[in-house]
Amino acid sequence: MPGNAAWSISWNVVRDIQEMWSLPSMVNAYRAGTIIAVTAGVVGWFMVLRRQTFAGHTISLAGFPGAAGAVLLGIASGYGYFGFCVAAALVIAYGARPGNREPANESALTGVVQAFVLACGMLFVSLYGGFLNQVDNLLFGSILGITDGDVILLAAVAVAVLGAMAAIGRPLLFASVDPDVARARGVPVRLLGALFLVLLGAATAEVSQITGSLLVFALLVMPAATAQIITARPGLSLLLTVLIGLVVTWAGFAFAFFTIYPIGFYITTFAFGAYVLAYLVRGAGPVLAARVSRLRSANDAARAASAV
Amino acid sequence: MSLFDHPFMVSALLAGTGIALACGLVGYFLVLRAQVFTGDALSHVAFTGALAALAFGVELRLGLFAATILVALLLGVLGKRGRADDVVIGSVFAWVLGLGVFFLTLYTTNRSGGGTGNATTSVLFGSIFGLSGGQARAALWIGIAVFGAVVAIARPLLFATVDEAVAAARGVPVRLLGFGFLALVGVTTAEATQAVGALLLLGLLAGPAGAALALTDRPYQGMVISAALAVGSMWGGLLLAYYVPKLPPSFSITAVVTVVYAAAVVRGRLRSGRGQVAVTAA
Repeated sequence: MPGNAAWSISWNVVRDIQEMWSLPSMVNAYRAGTIIAVTAGVVGWFMVLRRQTFAGHTISLAGFPGAAGAVLLGIASGYGYFGFCVAAALVIAYGARPGNREPANESALTGVVQAFVLACGMLFVSLYGGFLNQVDNLLFGSILGITDGDVILLAAVAVAVLGAMAAIGRPLLFASVDPDVARARGVPVRLLGALFLVLLGAATAEVSQITGSLLVFALLVMPAATAQIITARPGLSLLLTVLIGLVVTWAGFAFAFFTIYPIGFYITTFAFGAYVLAYLVRGAGPVLAARVSRLRSANDAARAASAV
Repeated sequence: MSLFDHPFMVSALLAGTGIALACGLVGYFLVLRAQVFTGDALSHVAFTGALAALAFGVELRLGLFAATILVALLLGVLGKRGRADDVVIGSVFAWVLGLGVFFLTLYTTNRSGGGTGNATTSVLFGSIFGLSGGQARAALWIGIAVFGAVVAIARPLLFATVDEAVAAARGVPVRLLGFGFLALVGVTTAEATQAVGALLLLGLLAGPAGAALALTDRPYQGMVISAALAVGSMWGGLLLAYYVPKLPPSFSITAVVTVVYAAAVVRGRLRSGRGQVAVTAA
């Protein structure tokens, strides 16, 4: 059990990992974590590139009423997650009218959708009555009790989402980087945008079953934001995104296992640490380069002076 | 027995009116500046602020106001001209939310016994029917103060919003206005969190403003419509929750806001559709 005092951490990392993986549920948690880190990384990379963080956040929150509604109706929560996330994606994709005020209209629409889905979630919880701890799990996630079946289902969804992303990846990249030129070349920009949001919905529905609705967003945005600070090359930064996501998730699970603090705190903190580090290094790079070149020119000047 | 004989209902109406006034007007500028995401981020920051205050045993409102105003200003510092990039906002608040979960654990493990989920649900979803008379009056006055402050800076803020470069060239302190506005958003968020909860105040910020934008292109008219719709939705939602006790007030308020927004958007489209037909016919 995570947080149980019987599982004490030692400086022997190998022994710690062996101890942790001696529990089948922890092995499954790591399998699930690996799958969701890859899926969230790839989808999140496009989300950050397209600057659709607000839409992504709203869609990821739609999982909460979905799951609460499914519990209320007595069906599997997976249906609720997928139904609500994909529906929210469609409303956001097609609800905003293109025009001169599109950014303002879209942001208003997204805000209303978000408030409304959360209010629905609250209504479902209050109609269901009681079990407030379950609300915490829906919102903040739990890595306990992941079964083999859950892992297989996660993998299947991940393969479907990643396959679809691979199929639309190139035109989507084109449409994201330069929509006007892409439209002129006959790329269906609007359709691709809608398709992407639906895939984002499916991916968040998957991820939030493990991380909870409030924390999916961290896995979507932070690894991708970090990678895109480090490099501007698409292929490399996509790879980095997945890598950062994996490291953050694995480390988060391990720390959550050995301490009493929740998984969401560790994952967000590690990811944010990587982000700040990347930011500082990039900011420090030019400053250092300038200082080095100044030193070098001072040296050159001194040498020239001594030569005279 | 009439509605106004219940002290809780009178408190809710007083507090709700103040909060709605502030949210309607602040929200109009948020939408116009396409900054609703900032409001979203701050509402989550409010959650963390409140839980931090609970965890350390200080006054809840202190945590709320300190967290939202500080982070609002931080978001301004991180961006150009007092506006932060969405990705920066997203990364910052995702982490702040993680911190909130940390404080939640700290709070629930340090306290002996008791319901663990109550604190979370009341911070996230609000409890407007649970306000005392004093709290309600404070909410009303803070709401009116924010409303007045936004009215006072409305003209230059509008200029800076619509055409930032020209406003800056004309000597409007664009950056300072951006910061001032963000601080007001922070105050509004903290105040509204106590009534409708961290997760639902976004509806009050975005809904009436989006509706006003769909109904009129004139900015001053839009401000009045937005504030009026916000107050109207608040009253409608409170009445609905009063007569249908099964509905939590935060839900009914948000539901009314959503319906008002949807109606306004449909009306705006029908009108512009008719306009287009007229143009083609001519």
